[in-house]
Amino acid sequence: MARSRRRVGWHRYFNGLYLSTALVAVFVLLPIYWLVVTSFKTPGAVGSSPPQYFPNPFSLVNYKVAFQQNSFGHYIVNSAIVAVISTVLVLSIGTLAGYALGRLPMRGKFPILVILLMISVFPAVAVVAPLYLLLRDIGWLNSYQALIFPYTAFNLPFAIWILRNYMLGIAREMEETARIDGASPLRTVWSIILPQAMPGLFTAGIFCFTACWTEFLMALTFNSSNNFRTIPVGIALFGSQFTVPYGTIFAASVVAVVPIAVIVLVFRKSVVSGLTAGAVKG
Amino acid sequence: MAPITIDKVTKVYPNGFEAVHELDLDVAEGEFMVLVGPSGCGKTTALRMVAGLEDISDGTLRIGDRVVNDVSSKDRDIAMVFQNYALYPHMTVGENIGFALKLRKLPKAEIKRKVNAAAAILGLTEWIDRKPGQLSGGQRQRVAMGRAIVREPSVFLMDEPLSNLDAKLRVQMRAEVARIQRRLGVATLYVTHDQVEAMTMGDRVAVLRAGVLQQCDNPQVLYDNPKNLFVAAFIGSPAMNLFESTLAEGATSALVGSQRIQLGDAVLAAKPGLKAYANSPVVLGIRPEDLPVAGDDEPMLPGATGVLEGDVELVEALGSELLVHFTTDARRVEAEGAKEADAEGLNSGTLARGGEGVARVEPRARLAAGSRARFNLNPLRLHFFDATTGQAITS
Repeated sequence: MARSRRRVGWHRYFNGLYLSTALVAVFVLLPIYWLVVTSFKTPGAVGSSPPQYFPNPFSLVNYKVAFQQNSFGHYIVNSAIVAVISTVLVLSIGTLAGYALGRLPMRGKFPILVILLMISVFPAVAVVAPLYLLLRDIGWLNSYQALIFPYTAFNLPFAIWILRNYMLGIAREMEETARIDGASPLRTVWSIILPQAMPGLFTAGIFCFTACWTEFLMALTFNSSNNFRTIPVGIALFGSQFTVPYGTIFAASVVAVVPIAVIVLVFRKSVVSGLTAGAVKG
Repeated sequence: MAPITIDKVTKVYPNGFEAVHELDLDVAEGEFMVLVGPSGCGKTTALRMVAGLEDISDGTLRIGDRVVNDVSSKDRDIAMVFQNYALYPHMTVGENIGFALKLRKLPKAEIKRKVNAAAAILGLTEWIDRKPGQLSGGQRQRVAMGRAIVREPSVFLMDEPLSNLDAKLRVQMRAEVARIQRRLGVATLYVTHDQVEAMTMGDRVAVLRAGVLQQCDNPQVLYDNPKNLFVAAFIGSPAMNLFESTLAEGATSALVGSQRIQLGDAVLAAKPGLKAYANSPVVLGIRPEDLPVAGDDEPMLPGATGVLEGDVELVEALGSELLVHFTTDARRVEAEGAKEADAEGLNSGTLARGGEGVARVEPRARLAAGSRARFNLNPLRLHFFDATTGQAITS
């Protein structure tokens, strides 16, 4: 009896599924581990051979350099402004568009959805040059809106798709009940639809925020002034023609990853949770 | 003034499909009216037109003494319960029930009082702070009811509110919904595809088929005097046995397959119209309970004048009764579309070929599969239908 129970326990932890999961986890986490560890090494230890697997001595000098000698704090503020405003815009427009495409009787829904899908897979490189000319002509180069508007445009299609699918999942009877209860269409969207579309909003919001936070090409092209640089561009331009300060870059990258990690951890439950569970079927 | 007056109401969809054709129906004060029919018969469309969720193509709809064809749902003074309940998942039971009152901007204290009163009627008081996701199916169903009754509407509309429940709970809620409706005395229009629900709950039952009202009457009348083949086949479980037949000898006997059934004079006296069908085909309908087994020593029970014989294919013992599935050489008649509603009875079409029938007999009858059964026939309990139009031959 005892023996068979032991064997069950053994199987529970050492079967193929667990092993493959562990392998994937190691594969994904190793670079992050290396990123964090390296950021705490002294500049001299960064490229040492044999490599240090643990920082020795433990040092915060890379962080100091990033924030004091390079204006990294300023880049964070820029990134936050651009990413937050873009995300808010994307979610507000995306919710209304998603509702319209999901629910309202509309001509040409299908073509619109296909076009949106095409836009979302369109390579950004192809539009950077014409956009540059356009922004130059209207005098928007080196500004927040030079990034906010393209980011909003490029992230909207995906958000609309996600939100539309969420709207489709909300029972139509829910709206009809609200209508009989006496709710106006806007009230219905606000009190009934939005609370139920929350997981969709979080998902779309996180994708959008991450995309804006890490976008490089447009940020590099449109905003050459140091005042409007975002994190990815700022990190890439650390150092000079002759030196690459790996330690500083690693430290800055750790700081850049933290907000995303926090957001995902905080909202993980909202994204995953079946908020609509139990609403409809008995 | 009747709470609901449906006057020649028609629904034609943009693609030309006519879902409801000139429906005439009145629901009286406090009446429980059931709309029943197979899926796709237009019953839900009819209900949604009353609710204001579908436009009315033609005809007049009155709620109270107002024509409401162009009145929006919220101003019709109705409450509706949906099949999937459509509870707001992010609100508690109390908030769900009180949402309509909140929209009407009633004072908070009054909302609370009314919500608590509704919850008490439905036995939901201890769940009032739960969310729908934490409730069982039956409780959710009650919340949906609560949302309807708290508004004190002049009309309840219910769209298959019990069909998401499991069988046992459905029977329980069936009684409960009927009880609550009677207690509140609010006119109710109730849609279902389940004829058992229709029979047990309705003050009156309206049978719909392909958008056309077939018959509307109280359940017992529907059962005893179906106006046509469709209603005959649809109402009752197991369904009425329908056989092709020919009236012979001046309509004093009926041929069912190779068997001749004496009708006697009483039938012709009750249904003189049968004379016109002498020597012509009719459809003969026999309710399963009108086929008692003839005893060995007592070949004819009181009132019976004829005997129908059949080969027993299967005997289902239900404890209180036996369902005897038998075959004859007569041809069975199917009323198109009525079959699927027979949810509780065995679908005999898969069991036997040709003229199969079902008899509901007393549990101690000694019948076994493979034996030959003799059923007594009381001709006054037989139903006759025109073979071409399907209309009942009643007079």
